[in-house]
Amino acid sequence: MKKLLEFINNLDRRWIFLFIGLAVSLPLFFPLGIDFTVSHPVQGFYDTIEKVPNGSKILMSCDYDPGSLPELYPMTVAALEQMFRKDLKVIVTCLWPAGPPVVERALNHMAFEYKKEKGIDFVNLGFKEGREVVMVSMGASIPNTFPTDYNGTPVTQIQIMQGVTNFKDLAMIVNISAGYPGTKEWVQQVQARYNIDLVSGCTAVSAPEFYPYYQTGQLKGLLGGMKGAAEYEKLVGVMGLGTRGMDAQSVSHLTVFFFILIGNLAYFVLRALKGKEVK
Amino acid sequence: MRKEVPLIITFLAGAFFIADYFVPHTGFSHIAETINGWTIIVITFAYVLGVANVTRVNLDYIQRKGKDTPYKIILLICLLFMMTVGIVWGIAEGTIFDWFFINIYVPMQSMMFALLAFYIASAAFRAFRIRSTQAALLAITAVLVMIGRVPIGEAIWKDFSNFAEWIMNVPQLAGKRAILIGAALGAISTGLKVIVGLERTHLGAD
Repeated sequence: MKKLLEFINNLDRRWIFLFIGLAVSLPLFFPLGIDFTVSHPVQGFYDTIEKVPNGSKILMSCDYDPGSLPELYPMTVAALEQMFRKDLKVIVTCLWPAGPPVVERALNHMAFEYKKEKGIDFVNLGFKEGREVVMVSMGASIPNTFPTDYNGTPVTQIQIMQGVTNFKDLAMIVNISAGYPGTKEWVQQVQARYNIDLVSGCTAVSAPEFYPYYQTGQLKGLLGGMKGAAEYEKLVGVMGLGTRGMDAQSVSHLTVFFFILIGNLAYFVLRALKGKEVK
Repeated sequence: MRKEVPLIITFLAGAFFIADYFVPHTGFSHIAETINGWTIIVITFAYVLGVANVTRVNLDYIQRKGKDTPYKIILLICLLFMMTVGIVWGIAEGTIFDWFFINIYVPMQSMMFALLAFYIASAAFRAFRIRSTQAALLAITAVLVMIGRVPIGEAIWKDFSNFAEWIMNVPQLAGKRAILIGAALGAISTGLKVIVGLERTHLGAD
């Protein structure tokens, strides 16, 4: 018994790696289909977009790179699904250099499904370096900040950009963000200054930081991590990557909890046994 | 003048942009818009500097024949290759650049972050040992939020997710707001010190 407890207490981390690997991969092949409810911040995200009049123009800033793909790409796709369904015109920008090709794929895929036309229903303005300076510069003039789109077409020749000067010509901003620059900077530099509706989708690790902004109304909605993406997909009515990842996330979280539990049990029992031996 | 001129420029620029936030005058904002455009151009040139620096540092290492020389050679070849194909054939979907980006860069970067799941599990096993009252509070709260924010939590107890949401909305929010306010006050203080010249580390001075 003591040997077993010592084995657990000094467990080789490769055993943990093995169990986590199984916990993540097996539910992907054998789905459990565990149901879940939608939280208020996610409902707020959905409702804010839903309230925008059909045909309005929305800025979607996709500030992430492939490292955050599993959490943020499902949000991007679901948001595009909701916006295209409402016939909203989507203007996409990126403040992370590796973002545009990823978003371009999402746009082209959803545009094909909803028969949307590039330049008329959506445009990818690509990446611009400058972080907060770009945000403030867009507040003055979006065409001056992004003179061409991702493919090099001048914005003056793009139909969707006609009549768009700055944030006043947009109904709201949807920000999908993995870190800096991201949601916090959009709140500080844009929402506070131009008082435009802002919703955010972010990684689970950064979501706690934005709860104060959601509580004060600076953010109208918040999606946190893959669970947020799954809840949002439920509202939009799609079975996307977020929902499919929930079973794997559930089992892997339970696995981590199991290891914490047995680690502590082994620690306490060994401590008690050592105390008895000393006496 | 070597110290005074940069300090004067810092003061004028900082004061101008603070004023721009509060002054609604159109003429003022036109000047700010122009300067912002210059800033974006200057920042973009940092990429040129960055590429030159990466190339110089790695070439120096290769000349010294360090033990990681093969990796440095691969790095420089990949850098040159992606720059060339991107400039010559473009970066749109369907190009060579896009193929390498989607099929090599995206999986590699995703893999780097996926590894975190394993290391976090291992770290959690070792870190969440209840050796004190604070450690107990940390471990219990972490477990409750970890289970409450996945569907299995609701399957165990239907209000588990509501409870986890309460932890996020009340105690967590209170602590995070305090940190945000503290950080913001610190940023204001540091910013004002830089603008008036009390803080000069950005100039390389003591």
